[in-house]
Amino acid sequence: MKAFAATFLAAVTIGALLAPAQAQTGSKTLELVKQKGFLTCGSNTGLAGFGLPDDKGNWTGVDVDLCRGVAAAIFGDPTKVKFIPLTAKDRFTALQSGEIDMLSRNGTWTQSREAELGLLWAGVNYFDGQGFMIRKKLNLASALELSGASICVQQGTTTELNMADFFRTKGMKYEAVAFADINEAVKAYDSGRCDAYTTDASGLYGSRLKLVNPDEHVVLPEIISKEPLGPAVRQGDDQWFNVVRWTHYAMINAEELGVTKSNVDEQLKSPNPEVRRLLGGEGDFGKGLGLPKDWAYRIVKAVGNYGEVFNRNVGEGSPLKIKRGLNALWSQGGIQYAPPVR
Amino acid sequence: MDGQGTDLLYLRREEAPRLSAPISVAGPLAWLRAHIFSGWISGTLALLFLALIVWMTPELVRFFLLDAVWSAPDGAACRVQGTGACWAFIERKLDFFRYGSYPEAEHWRVDLCLLTGAVLAARLLWPAGNKGALGRLAFILGVPLFMFALTPGLGAVLREPARELAVLAFGIGLACVLEFGKARTSLVALGFFAVYPPLAVLLLQGSTLAGLPRVDTNLWGGIFVSLMVATVGIVVSLPAGALLALGRRSRLPAVRFFSIIFIEFVRGVPFITVLFMANTMLPLFVPDYLTPDRLLRPIIGVALFASAYMAEEIRGGLQAIPKSQYEGAMALGLSYWQMMRLIILPQALTLVIPNIVNIFIGLFKDTTLVAVVGVFDFLRTIDAASADPVWAGPNIPKTGYVFAAVFYFVFCFGMARYSLMMERRLSAGRRH
Amino acid sequence: MSDAQAHLQPRVSPLNNPAVRGYIYQGVLILIVGFLGWEAIVNASTNMRVRGIPTDFAFWDRVASFDINQSLIEYTAASTYGRAFWVGLWNTLLVSALGVVLTTFLGFFIGVARLSQNFVVAKLAMIYVEVLRNTPLLLQLLFWYNAVLKPLPNPRDSISLGAGIYLNNRGLVLPEPQFAPGAGFVLAAAVAGVLLALGFRFFARRRQAQTGQILPVGWVSLGLVVGLPALVFVLAGAPLSFNVALLRGFNFSGGVRVLPEFVALLLGLVLYTAAFIAEIVRAGILSVQHGQTEAALALGLTRAQTLKLVTMPQAMRVIIPPLTNQYLNLTKNSSLAVFIGYPDLVQVFAGTVLNQTGAAVQVIAITMAVYLVISLVTALIMNIYNRRKALVER
Repeated sequence: MKAFAATFLAAVTIGALLAPAQAQTGSKTLELVKQKGFLTCGSNTGLAGFGLPDDKGNWTGVDVDLCRGVAAAIFGDPTKVKFIPLTAKDRFTALQSGEIDMLSRNGTWTQSREAELGLLWAGVNYFDGQGFMIRKKLNLASALELSGASICVQQGTTTELNMADFFRTKGMKYEAVAFADINEAVKAYDSGRCDAYTTDASGLYGSRLKLVNPDEHVVLPEIISKEPLGPAVRQGDDQWFNVVRWTHYAMINAEELGVTKSNVDEQLKSPNPEVRRLLGGEGDFGKGLGLPKDWAYRIVKAVGNYGEVFNRNVGEGSPLKIKRGLNALWSQGGIQYAPPVR
Repeated sequence: MDGQGTDLLYLRREEAPRLSAPISVAGPLAWLRAHIFSGWISGTLALLFLALIVWMTPELVRFFLLDAVWSAPDGAACRVQGTGACWAFIERKLDFFRYGSYPEAEHWRVDLCLLTGAVLAARLLWPAGNKGALGRLAFILGVPLFMFALTPGLGAVLREPARELAVLAFGIGLACVLEFGKARTSLVALGFFAVYPPLAVLLLQGSTLAGLPRVDTNLWGGIFVSLMVATVGIVVSLPAGALLALGRRSRLPAVRFFSIIFIEFVRGVPFITVLFMANTMLPLFVPDYLTPDRLLRPIIGVALFASAYMAEEIRGGLQAIPKSQYEGAMALGLSYWQMMRLIILPQALTLVIPNIVNIFIGLFKDTTLVAVVGVFDFLRTIDAASADPVWAGPNIPKTGYVFAAVFYFVFCFGMARYSLMMERRLSAGRRH
Repeated sequence: MSDAQAHLQPRVSPLNNPAVRGYIYQGVLILIVGFLGWEAIVNASTNMRVRGIPTDFAFWDRVASFDINQSLIEYTAASTYGRAFWVGLWNTLLVSALGVVLTTFLGFFIGVARLSQNFVVAKLAMIYVEVLRNTPLLLQLLFWYNAVLKPLPNPRDSISLGAGIYLNNRGLVLPEPQFAPGAGFVLAAAVAGVLLALGFRFFARRRQAQTGQILPVGWVSLGLVVGLPALVFVLAGAPLSFNVALLRGFNFSGGVRVLPEFVALLLGLVLYTAAFIAEIVRAGILSVQHGQTEAALALGLTRAQTLKLVTMPQAMRVIIPPLTNQYLNLTKNSSLAVFIGYPDLVQVFAGTVLNQTGAAVQVIAITMAVYLVISLVTALIMNIYNRRKALVER
């Protein structure tokens, strides 16, 4: 009897000692990823254009391609990613607990998420904002005319709060109809339950396709919030943070320099020193990141440059047909801007 | 003879022609009156329902058959105004619905696993030994073919005939061995509860040792995961539920206390909160290195949930065992565990087989909720598939849901019928 | 104990003594459970600290800043999370309580219909039960939500049902009753009416038992419960006016609105649970020996009287325990509201509040505790009722 008690007590003590020690590890993410042989990436459970499994169950989307880019930079193989679909509820805990290496799940970059949750946003791969969709026949020109309206929304995201703020500051009344699942929110809007449907502008276009008569609906011009969406990592691992951040920047730089998936091999011979530095022809810029010399070449070879990724998943090359807008390069009127590789 | 002698004219000599019964007591009209228009209220009700059916049928036929889109490369054809159900969507996404993201080349592993499980479970549920020729045929061919049709389907057979037919042959072979080899039920039970689960996990997950490429649980999905979650729930909950049921009837106050607390706690809260707990709180309760896999968490939740309900059903079975059985066992000098294992539990479990099947049906329906914690179960795959912009259209999610409803209905109704049959058999055996 | 007896007692190891063993088993069990519990607490506190998850209840008093479209109590986006909890709880209680009452009626009706002599009625009841029992409730809810919304017009084309009542896809709009000072008397009269009716029923029962005389309980009760408040209402000068809803902009303002989400959830829960209750009722009725029915019919009772006076009272003993489980299931299943946007406890509290505060452990623990309390209270009430019914069998 006493032996039992002693053993249990000992086990308890050991367990208690082990737990915090264990939680501290994980500041060497890049090494751990290399050891594992694959990248673990938190993805959406299904958002068109950002993270969605196709007929064969392969993941596609802007956020997914960023993960594939990181995997390509590390392993030279974009398929070495394990996607973990996460709900809005447990996406941050999964990252905090070290279950995933990076979170690329259209997460909005906010102050409290960095300051309180201990996360860092490695960049913004999609500048978004919350908008409203309404029926054309309502003849509204602005979201300011939505006073008294019923609005369908997905529950539990910043969307719900932004909307509450918007109506509160404008002193307008409204009815929020909140759904756990975004599909249900769209369906309810379509059946006339709500006058308007709100989500990030990127999502509005995808949702419009699901309506009975997509042409009878318009997106209002107001964007009521800033939603910088991007990949997040844990704090305290600067090297890993840099890997993710520069993967994103490499894709933007590649677009700026005209390096595409199809011409990347020819571009290796380009006389342009900027291109040569990016693709590893001149200097070894991968070393500092803990990556091989041709890291950026691998990324572009695997997923293409930022413009290609955008176009393929959400832009003209996809059914969503979203305009580049804010996400155009800085040189073309947008705000996607990457520091130079040098 | 008497009549012959007397000369009474009013006596009938031959039988009068037999008249048919008046139409008010026999014939179709009478049947209608007795069985349909028997009363004022029920007659009106019946008429109303008939009218409803007549009114709805053409619309349903139009939507699901006449105007339905049967085959299309993408959702454009289904987006056209006035079209009905989009079966092309189901056809195109069927593999995704069945296996989730499980790699196509490895689908046979899932098929093999499900088939084996189905045959073993069928053997356990089917009243042993006394099957007729038809019953045997149903067991040997029907069960494997049913399961086979459910998962790989014809498409896979056409794509990979050798492998899929080998899987089917294995299933039928296993059924034959179990049937003609007269395998003892206890042996099959041991196989299903102890040997099958680890082998299935090994097969599904793969391992370099067995020469199978690894397929992580994040790729699992679809009908296969729904079935798996429910099956794990039952496999775990039977022994756990039996222990809890015994614990609740134990003489030891501490054992009784914990059993009651556990059972009543789990039964008192909604399944959805158990899932939330398993998903968000469980990882906090264990040290980091023990963090359960994402698919394992809801499964743990399901297992806990099922155990509590199972415990109550088994307790019901235990209460139905006459006291003389306990006394007899004790008089023979059996220990508590011997008594339970050899005398009481076999009888109690047989009694509650229909209830166990009902719990399985309930669990299988409830697995639709694991979607809220991000597991790609059957319903979640339908949602994800209809989020695909290539297949966006108003009727597409509807078609998906109808497909799901029909699937669940066929599956659950079949199981429910089985449970009813068992119930009848059991009560027939107990009627004196 | 004498020496001789002590000598006869065989020497056995105390380990084989059932009582000693019992203590050991229990000790081990308590240790294991205690160990697991303690370990869980230690791990949770370290894990939560490391991950920056709040461990206190400070969020309770913080401003929620999200809106809820149905609340039985005062609530705005400026209210606290704690207030949001109560809103969710009341919404859950509302839908559960209404659901339990309605599903009981429907369940009994279908259960009886299932045994009807009428072929069509019996078969339809069977189809109803089989279809609803064998498809997931979640799918049914999604179906009902669409089915409720589909045929309803938008607010501008509302169907007017007269008396300020409108029906549209934002719900059923009713005039809001506004009480003048005298309304308190009416309420008091209503309470008195109910009490008097109960008293009369008790009196009539005793009278019938003593003299065989049957008093018109139904009519007198009706008079007391409806007539008395109505009389006071008139005497007090009709202290009630209605605030009729007006179409303004997108929607009606003023009045009371019954949300389509609420209707769909209630409909789904009631229809689903009724299928299970029908089966319980059927089994209960079948459990009453046929001889009882035959004897009742031989006495000249009608079929309805037989059911009411002979079959049902006996069947109730079999019906009540599983019926309690169905009531609990309905309450627990109301948590599926989250899928169709009805703001119940799980949707508001374990959904939005949890997401915004990140206080997962506290929120889920509170939610579970609430359901547990509801379940225990329901079970307690039903057990008391059951005991009363069971007493009939002397």
